[in-house]
Amino acid sequence: MTERRSSAALLSVLFFGIALLYLPILVLIGYSFNASPLVNVWGGFSTTWYGQLLHNRQLLRAALLSLEVAVTASSGAVVLGTLAATALVRFARFPGRLLLTGMVNAPLVMPEIITGITQLLLFVSMMQLLSWPHRGFTTIVLSHVTFCTAYVTITVQARLAAADRSLEEAAMDLGAGPARAFVEITLPIIAPAILAGWLLSFTLSLDDLVISSFVAGPGASTLPMVIYSKVKLGVSPDINALASLIVCAVGVCIIGAGYLMTRSDRRRALQAQLAAR
Amino acid sequence: MKPTGRPGRWLIILPPLIFLLVFFLIPFAFAFKISFAETAARVPPFTDVISFTREHHLQLTLTLGNYRYLLTDQVYGVAYLYSLRTAFFSTLICLALGYPMAYAIARSSQSAQGLLLLIIMLPFWTSFLLRVYALEGIIRDTGFLNTALLYLGLISHPLRIMRTSLAVYLGIIYSYLPFMVLPLFATLEKLDPTLLEAAADLGSTPRRAFLDITLPLSLPGVIAGSMLVFIPAVGEFVIPSLLGGPNTLMIGRVLWDEFFGNHDWPVASAVAIAFLLLLAGPIAIYQYYNVRQLEA
Repeated sequence: MTERRSSAALLSVLFFGIALLYLPILVLIGYSFNASPLVNVWGGFSTTWYGQLLHNRQLLRAALLSLEVAVTASSGAVVLGTLAATALVRFARFPGRLLLTGMVNAPLVMPEIITGITQLLLFVSMMQLLSWPHRGFTTIVLSHVTFCTAYVTITVQARLAAADRSLEEAAMDLGAGPARAFVEITLPIIAPAILAGWLLSFTLSLDDLVISSFVAGPGASTLPMVIYSKVKLGVSPDINALASLIVCAVGVCIIGAGYLMTRSDRRRALQAQLAAR
Repeated sequence: MKPTGRPGRWLIILPPLIFLLVFFLIPFAFAFKISFAETAARVPPFTDVISFTREHHLQLTLTLGNYRYLLTDQVYGVAYLYSLRTAFFSTLICLALGYPMAYAIARSSQSAQGLLLLIIMLPFWTSFLLRVYALEGIIRDTGFLNTALLYLGLISHPLRIMRTSLAVYLGIIYSYLPFMVLPLFATLEKLDPTLLEAAADLGSTPRRAFLDITLPLSLPGVIAGSMLVFIPAVGEFVIPSLLGGPNTLMIGRVLWDEFFGNHDWPVASAVAIAFLLLLAGPIAIYQYYNVRQLEA
């Protein structure tokens, strides 16, 4: 749509919506610097709660497990997602294409609670039949890879569909095999999308509560599971501090991913302009 | 359809296909099977549906008891209806709020568009659990909203929002609004402005042009956005659990309690399967529009 002035009413709804989205997070960050342990009393500025986080063994252990899961799961998802995106964009027809399309899109809308229950039942049945996998790190990673793959596929698919195939064809004309042409020409083009997919998977995995709660089994607790059980008991000031830290870290990741995507867009546009001269 | 003489492509297709088959699709088969089992005091806590007799005959032991239980125990019916109603009205409110937002973004300049989209995207990726928790800081009795209203003298007693249906509605709208705005923006952005100019040239008022052109053309976005809000909202667990009270019995919470509270896995499986059947229609609609948009 071309640039046109929006009415005041339209803009006020937009800003109301944005305020609605941001106000709770800003208030939360504000509270995290409250010296008073009472949530409704302002006791002056303090970073006590941030300091206390470092001494909370339970939280630190859970955070470590969550980070390990997130790194492993997003790395696995990036491989599977890129393969799925390549298959869906490059191969117009193959047996199982519709099935793959459905399985890539369904996790995006499937209520987590259903995915969680069904995956737990799978793992329990697999354990009976194959004595593998033990519930814990492995099962959490496997279930996270499943939904992260869907997000990576969507991200990479869009970029791959927009990529210029003639470069790859030129490389093949010059004698490169299809695999080599893909790795040397197409992979660099879609690399920002792959990286963005990794970052998105990382944040999604770090955030997951429902699916992890089902498949984790006794013993393994991820960070959201610990946060949930603490929050369920009531508001605690150290969770405010932790939440602020996580929100800021995720914000940086997402802005970074967005920046990578747009920067490479701009660079490609520039290159195209130069080439056209 | 034969893979046209290139076996190499199966190295690309098979890993994701097999992984998703095993860890996404086949689990539903297990849930379906176990929904016909009975609870048992053992690990895992249910009876075998498929077993072998001593003579090595395959034996199926099915019980429909779990499904009968769903129909007779009122809790499930009430929870399904409450979830559907809550998700439906939350979706409508998200649409009413999200449409003007997406429209305003689509009409702003290219550079403002990028920034506004990033602003909408950011909460979309920010921890869901923590955002729900942050909302609690606003709406609880001693929270930001009540403190501000009391300070301004607009109310004399704190408003009771936590542990009510209103809190659940606010939670869903707050959490899912970006899911509505983004697909709406995607369709509104593609809208050809010359169509609106043509309508204006032919004497149509802006309101008429909106109803006749913009709204019908943005319908795919309306449907995609609505499904992205409605489907997860029906199964929502975190929001009713943290913000809702004893009356906000959504199906996600019932399922959770059945599993972790009562340890009744077969009934939980039956609830999940019944729930999935209920959502099959909306999910199919979403998939249909999604695939059509990708092919376009």
